[in-house]
Amino acid sequence: MGAAPDGNGRAAVAFREARAEREASPRLVTDKRMSAADAIGLVRDGDHVAIGGTCYSRTPMALLFALLKARRQRLTVSRPLSCYEVELLLATGSAERIVTSWVGIGLRWGLAPVFRHYVETGAAVYEEWSHLAIGLRYRAGAMGVPFLPTLSMLGSDLAPAVGLQTIICPYTGERLAAVPALNPDVALIHVHRADEFGNAQVEGYRHMDVDMARAARKVIVSAERIVSTDEISARPWATMLPHFAVDAVVEAPYGAYPHECYGLYEADTDHFDTYAAAVRDGGADAARGYVGQHVDALPDFAAFVDAAGTERLAARAAAAERLMPR
Amino acid sequence: MSDVTAEELMAVTASRLLADNTVVFAGVGMPLLASALARRRQAPNLTIVLEGGIIGTSLLPGHLPVSTNEMRAAYGAQMLTDITDIFLFAQRGYFDYGFLGVAQVDQYGNINTSFIGDPAHPKVRLPGSGGANDIISLCNEIFIVTQHERRRFVERVDFVTSPGYLTGGDSRERSGLLFGKIGAVVTDLAVMDFEPGSRRMRLRALQPGVTAGQVQAQTGFELLIPDDIEKLPPPAPEEIDVYRTLRDGQPSLTGSTA
Repeated sequence: MGAAPDGNGRAAVAFREARAEREASPRLVTDKRMSAADAIGLVRDGDHVAIGGTCYSRTPMALLFALLKARRQRLTVSRPLSCYEVELLLATGSAERIVTSWVGIGLRWGLAPVFRHYVETGAAVYEEWSHLAIGLRYRAGAMGVPFLPTLSMLGSDLAPAVGLQTIICPYTGERLAAVPALNPDVALIHVHRADEFGNAQVEGYRHMDVDMARAARKVIVSAERIVSTDEISARPWATMLPHFAVDAVVEAPYGAYPHECYGLYEADTDHFDTYAAAVRDGGADAARGYVGQHVDALPDFAAFVDAAGTERLAARAAAAERLMPR
Repeated sequence: MSDVTAEELMAVTASRLLADNTVVFAGVGMPLLASALARRRQAPNLTIVLEGGIIGTSLLPGHLPVSTNEMRAAYGAQMLTDITDIFLFAQRGYFDYGFLGVAQVDQYGNINTSFIGDPAHPKVRLPGSGGANDIISLCNEIFIVTQHERRRFVERVDFVTSPGYLTGGDSRERSGLLFGKIGAVVTDLAVMDFEPGSRRMRLRALQPGVTAGQVQAQTGFELLIPDDIEKLPPPAPEEIDVYRTLRDGQPSLTGSTA
């Protein structure tokens, strides 16, 4: 679960349970395609939901919009670096705890006012780890071990704030930080291509998606394109997750919009400008207004993408093309 | 050049610290721009690494990234990997420099990007560490760049998000941070380092036309001021030209690293 090490054995139980669940989970090679709304049925109130991508890159936005629409409650959400999706989850009452290393709309847009309001008033908890510590928590979870040692986070005030423990190396006598495993209940991951069984491929940087997904108890993958297994096998080196590590597959063209998807489209910073101006003046009400307009009032994420318009999307795609290696 | 901005002065001064045939782990904004400038000047074999999993970026002038995790940041890269991998390169000792922009730094080089005011009841909840805590803990030598203002240079940060020399002396090493040193703090007024032994911040060099008294007046604690203070040469016109080409109409660089 999302809890920091508590010294009473809960972490030990969570570690063993995570292994037992994976041993017991079916590995059926079966068609796992479903709608985003159905896939989000895997998320229960109180769950720890890990959000793939980072900052405004390859965010699983289609899945997040379905999660927002479902109005789950008491969620803990984790992410390497977090953007405005955190504000939307807080403002709708979906999330009450954030586990990450950074929260902002983006550097150009200043501090995130809705996030500030919820955390400063104590309405939500921000459990702040260093960026590497978040990565090692997912990696320990993915490796099936209860912790990993590191030389980071030592000496800082972050360490006591999250209850980070240290260990003495049995070989050298050196003191190291012991970062606890994180096994999220559900991971949401957006990829470039997936087949119906869940074999998932990406282009470009992988952020923390591999460790996050392999640590998680359930994995929902959204994909720009659903492809045949033959197309997957034509480039097996691009496969980031094998089918047996994926529970649900959702087709979602422009599924990271208004964030970027490497090589396909750049982030739509005009969209952030509009959002940032709205919450600067209107706070959480404006964030709820955003969800009302772009999530609740529309039948699905495809309608949100359609509303952006082909001209705007084509401009983002052209901008991405200009930045690609050639 | 009389029309050089404070931002340009800091960027040029910081860029000159980066030697050729080295690797720099750069935060977004000023650190990345200063690194890109160094590559186009004295350090063509400087490898710029960004936490988004990007090794060897070159940047497309006029299309600067806003984050360290996006296509603009990856332009021209030789390797794209995952985020954790980048930090583990740092932990292994590959990264000669860690380069950070900061909101608040204290006399021992500790950085706060978490809270303004009492952490239990903060006046402002800031974005958080991002990779800064890891960069300052794991890279071989750290450079910090920031505007020189009293509110940024405080005696003791409210919260140590990213550890410098902690409480001075050997407290950094005793905390388990075995490697790395805080090499320099670069501002629009001066360059500082940390006195061996006490690890207190010490004035080393002044920007053109600036006095030690002016630097002290903009610093919220007592700076160590030795007798032999260097004078920094002004930016060369070519350095300013290259920097402006990179910036090419981009919005002003503010904020700290993510």
